[in-house]
Formats: sequence, C-alpha cells, structure tokens
Amino acid sequence: MLGSFAPILILFLIAVFIAVFVITVSSLLGPRRSSPRKLAPYESGMEPIGPAIRRIPVKFYVVAMLFIVFDIEVVFFYPYALVFRQLAVPGLIAIGVFFLVLVVGFVYEWRKGALTWE
Amino acid sequence: MESLQIPPVDLRLLTPLLIVVGWAGALLLIDVFFVPDGRKKITGYLAIAGLAVAGLAGIPLWNLSGSTFSGMLVLDRYSLALTWIFLIAGALSIAVALDYLPRHAIEQGEYYPLIMFAVGGMILMAQSADLITLFLGIELLSITLYILTGFAYPRVASEEAGMKYLVLGAFAAGFFVYGIALIFGATGATSLAGIAAYLGRQPFAPQEETLFLAGASLVLIGFSFKIALVPFHMWTPDVYEGSPTPVAAFMSVGTKGAALAALLRVTLALEEAQTFWLPILAVLAAATMILGNLGALGQSNLKRMLAYSSIGHAGYILLGIMVAAERGAEAFLFYILAYTLTNLGAFGVLIALEQRGEAAWSIDDFAGLYQRRPLLAVAMALFMFSLAGVPPTAGFMGKFFIFTAAYAGGLGWLVLIGVLTSAIAAYYYLRVVVKMFMQEPVREVRPELTRGLNTEILIAGVATLILGLLPTPIVLLVERSLVALGG
Amino acid sequence: MVPTSYYIMLSAALFAIGVLGVLIRRNALVVFMSVELMLNAANLVLVAFARERLSIDGQVLVFFVITVAAAEVAVGLALLVAIFRTKHTADVDEVSTLRG
Repeated sequence: MLGSFAPILILFLIAVFIAVFVITVSSLLGPRRSSPRKLAPYESGMEPIGPAIRRIPVKFYVVAMLFIVFDIEVVFFYPYALVFRQLAVPGLIAIGVFFLVLVVGFVYEWRKGALTWE
Repeated sequence: MESLQIPPVDLRLLTPLLIVVGWAGALLLIDVFFVPDGRKKITGYLAIAGLAVAGLAGIPLWNLSGSTFSGMLVLDRYSLALTWIFLIAGALSIAVALDYLPRHAIEQGEYYPLIMFAVGGMILMAQSADLITLFLGIELLSITLYILTGFAYPRVASEEAGMKYLVLGAFAAGFFVYGIALIFGATGATSLAGIAAYLGRQPFAPQEETLFLAGASLVLIGFSFKIALVPFHMWTPDVYEGSPTPVAAFMSVGTKGAALAALLRVTLALEEAQTFWLPILAVLAAATMILGNLGALGQSNLKRMLAYSSIGHAGYILLGIMVAAERGAEAFLFYILAYTLTNLGAFGVLIALEQRGEAAWSIDDFAGLYQRRPLLAVAMALFMFSLAGVPPTAGFMGKFFIFTAAYAGGLGWLVLIGVLTSAIAAYYYLRVVVKMFMQEPVREVRPELTRGLNTEILIAGVATLILGLLPTPIVLLVERSLVALGG
Repeated sequence: MVPTSYYIMLSAALFAIGVLGVLIRRNALVVFMSVELMLNAANLVLVAFARERLSIDGQVLVFFVITVAAAEVAVGLALLVAIFRTKHTADVDEVSTLRG
C-alpha cells in the first residue's frame, strides 16, 4: 500500500537534493563582492521607505472579529442544506432557532454601531 | 429518499436553562434598544427577574426526571438543586454590581445579560450527561467570563487579567477537547453512559486502554485548570485581582461550583475508572489544600487572599467528590451552597470598601472597621468565621459533613491534611477579624453601602447563619435531591 | 486507506506544536494560532476515529469545537484591540501589570 507512494518519495528526495546542491555549490564557487546598493532589499526600483512590518489600523481587527463569528455559521448551514428535505418541518424549526440566535447577535452588533467604518 | 428523524426532544426538562438563555438574548436587545445610558440598572433588575422566573419554573420539575436530546442532557434533583444554587449566585452577583459599575464608571448594560449567559452555561454543565454538552457548557461559561474579566475597560489591569484568563482558559480547553477525542477513540462514545458501558466490558485491548488513560488524564487536566487545582492554579490570583470585584465574586463561586459539579457527575458515572481516577484526585486534593492555604497566608491584599482561599476550598470540595458514592455527594452539595453564600458575602464587603480609582483591598484598610461600621464588620467577621469553618456557621457544617463523609469513605490521611490546613486557614481569616475589631484605623476608608449591596450582604449573612445553626432542613432537602443520582 | 494510527500521530505532533507555541511564543496573535492548532489536532483525531468506527458522534463534536474556537478567537481579538488601544502593544510579555 505504501509502495504506491514510492515514486513521490523519490521525487521529493531528488527535489531536496537539487535544492541543497545548488545552494551549496553557488555559495562555495560564487564570488562575493558586496556594496551598499547590493545589500538593499531591492536592488532596483523604488528606494525602500519605512519599516517592512507596518502597523495595521486596529479597525481591521474589529472587522476580522465580526467576520469570524458570522463566518462560522456556514459550518452549520452546509450539512443542513444537504438533508433539509429529509428533515422536513422539525429541521426547519431547529435551523430557524439557530438563525434567530444569529439575528439577535447581528441586530445587537448593528445597533451598537460596530458595522460603520468611521 | 428516506426521511431522517430528529429524535424527540422534551424541552420541559430544560425549562430553567431555556428561560435563562432566552431571557439573556432578549435582554441584550432590550438593553440596546430601549434602556437609555445611565439607567442601565433597569437591565440589571430585569436580569434578576429573569433568574427568579427561571428558579420558579424549576419548582414543578422537582418530581420529574429524565433525559432528552438522545441522553445528552438529563434532569434530576441533583442538577435542579445545582441550578438553584447557580441562579442565586448569579442574582447576588448582579445585585452587588448594580451600584458598583456606575461608581467605577464602567457601567454597560451588557454586564447583566453576560452574567445570565454564564449562569446558563453553568446549568448546562450541571445537566449534561455527555462530554459534548459538557464541553459546550464549559465554553459558554468561560467565554462569557473572559469578557466579564476584561469588563473594566479601559483599566489596563482588567484587560490584562482577561487576556491571561483567555489564553490559559483556551489552553485548558485544548487539553479538554483532545482528551475527549482520545476517549472517543478508545470507547467509541462521548456519552457518559456509553463510556461506562464500554468500561464495563473488560478487559479491553491494550491499545484502547492506553488511549483511554491518556484521554482521561487530559480531561482531568482541563478540569483542573477550570477548578484551579494545584498545580494548575497559577492564573487564579492574578485574574481575580484584575477583574472587577463582582465578577471575581461570581467567578470564585461559579466556575468552581459548576466545574466541580460536572466532575462529580463524571466521577460517579465512570465507576469502573475509579481505580485510575481516584489516586490522581487524592494527590490533587492534597496539593490543593496545602498550597492553596499556604499561598493565602502570605497575602496582604484581601482580594488575592480570597483567591488563594478559594483554591484551598476547592481542595476540600474535591474530598466530597472522591467519596461521592457514599454520602459524599450530599456533603458536596451542602458545601457548595455554604461556600457560595459565604464567599459572595465576603466579596460584597470588599466591594463596599472599594473606592473609585483606588482599591481598598489591603488588609490594613480593614483596621478599625468595627468603630466606623459595626454592622459591616460583624458581617465580615461572620463570613471569615464561616470560611475558616468556625461554628456555628455554614462553613463549619460544610466542613463537618465533608470530613465525616471522607473519613467514612476511607480517606483518613486526606481528612488529616484537611483539618491541619483548616487550622492554617483559620490564622489568616481570623487575622482580618482581629484587624477589624482590635486595631485603630490606619487610613481613612469610607465604605459605601447601597441598597443592592446591603441586600446581598444581608441575604448572605443570614443564610450563612441559618445554614450553620439549623442545617437540618437543608440537609434533608439535599438528601432528597440525591435520590435520583443513587447517592 | 491510510491507517488511523497515522492520523493520530500527525495530530499528536500538531497538538505538541500547539502546546509549545502557547508556552514559548510571546505574541498574543501567535498564541491564539497555537491554541487553534491544539483544537484542530483534536478535530483531526475525532474525524479519524469517527471514520474508523463509522460513528457520527465524533464529527458532531468537531462542529462545536470549530464554533467554540471561533468564539474564543473573537473574544481574544476584542481583548487584544482593547489592550492595544490603551497600551499600543500586542506582546504578552509587556502585559504584566499583575504579578505572577
């Protein structure tokens, strides 16, 4: 059973070997003459401005937070979508209650003004 | 296509839970739509009313028992008794917060629905007979508590406490879920009944046994974090100190009570696992009693002292759980009730002394309290006596029942540790009393007593006395509540 | 079919990485990710065993774990935002007003 993976393993090993080989050989043979220009993050194009990791406005976190909560509801709707015919009315009631809980959260969020950007 | 049947659901058995959670959801909207800023007390009163209604709705269920949601949730007198205790804890925590929040300029209407959600989580834990629902209950309780701990925004200490609690709580949840997963792998079930049935079919395959033991250990670690058993207690003093005092009060009785109650149900259900389970619990109990009380000894901050003392008390309660099959469950229920009322009372006094912007939690601030506020000092002395286990208070009767049950159950050495650590505990509790009655005030602290706070301290004090002086009716009630559990 | 024990080993490794991440890393966001890794390791075990035992219970729990993890992270982010607004840092080591 595992034998069928052997070609992939060989391919993987070859890939690792080539990568290691190329890096080692070029570092051994290649000449090293550094200049400030070469040490810059980008040798051509724009001069880098400011630090690479910049602060993101905290508002994005708030949006991410709201997104996570309402993103997860799909996890429950998918399985329901598969079987909603077989579950008939009781299933509809159950998912209705679930949806109602979400709506409570959503209305609260909207009323609190969490959805306005500024 | 064949039709799928949703198993029949008996919602009657869940009445208190549904009322609490439903009311909390509605209250969230009522608060944000109709209650104007500055009058958020209305929300608080509505929340207390909701808890009261849920408690009343539980009364007709006394003679009912059964399970629903395919056996995931059960209703019996044990869960009902716990439900009432939790409702009382929630209502008292709201009562003390009514004036605390505006006084500290952190009044937000969400506090009250959040407490209700937390109470809902606790009831869910008391009623669950399946690891899935147990996990949901724990998380509903914990996640609301993370928010409540950080409720005093923008006070940095509160935010930090919330963050610390969240990271450690989520960490513990990881252990808990992984443990459930391994147990499921070993036994093929998540319901306590299913796991017990599997354990009854001994001998098991060695591989499955390893899986089960690993899973059970991880679940126990998860529990220990929530209950704050040594050595998983380090977060407790920091979190209590940082969080708003009413929240700390609620946490100290709520999380502990609910998690211990769930642990008791698990221990009782998995009788076959006790050969493995009990020795670990014994070590945890001994370490918790010793280190919890020793930790409290060195504290001059009363809030931290109460945090350590709550760790120590969890150790005593653990004794009751270990002998749950032989009268331990009754002692457990009585102790939880006594501890809940006493501790809420003690925190109530703390809240009365807490001024805006500065915390009067140093033990020196209690010096000479008797001269300024005799009644408050007497109440605090009562709570300290009860926590220390001095007769005739609720705490004494609780300790008495726990130790007798544990001794009868053959845990003599643990009882010895319990009595010795109680003696240590008496020192640091009585130190507060001595300060209050025998010393001159060190600095000016003006206690602020408001209606909600007065009521809470009064209820807690009277209940502490009654439970200590006339325990018989309560004991009878508790005994009856355990008929269904086989205790 | 890949044997179940392989899944268990993988998930044990993930769980260990998650635990180490919580204990070692200092950035609160990375700590949240590590917690997520722990929970997802548990999910992997649940799904693997549910398949082996042809039982649906394990998969049901996975749904709840996913939901709970989302709620936990949402609250965590909220606290992070609150701390950031008052202190301008996301480093848990700098969050140390409280002793211990």
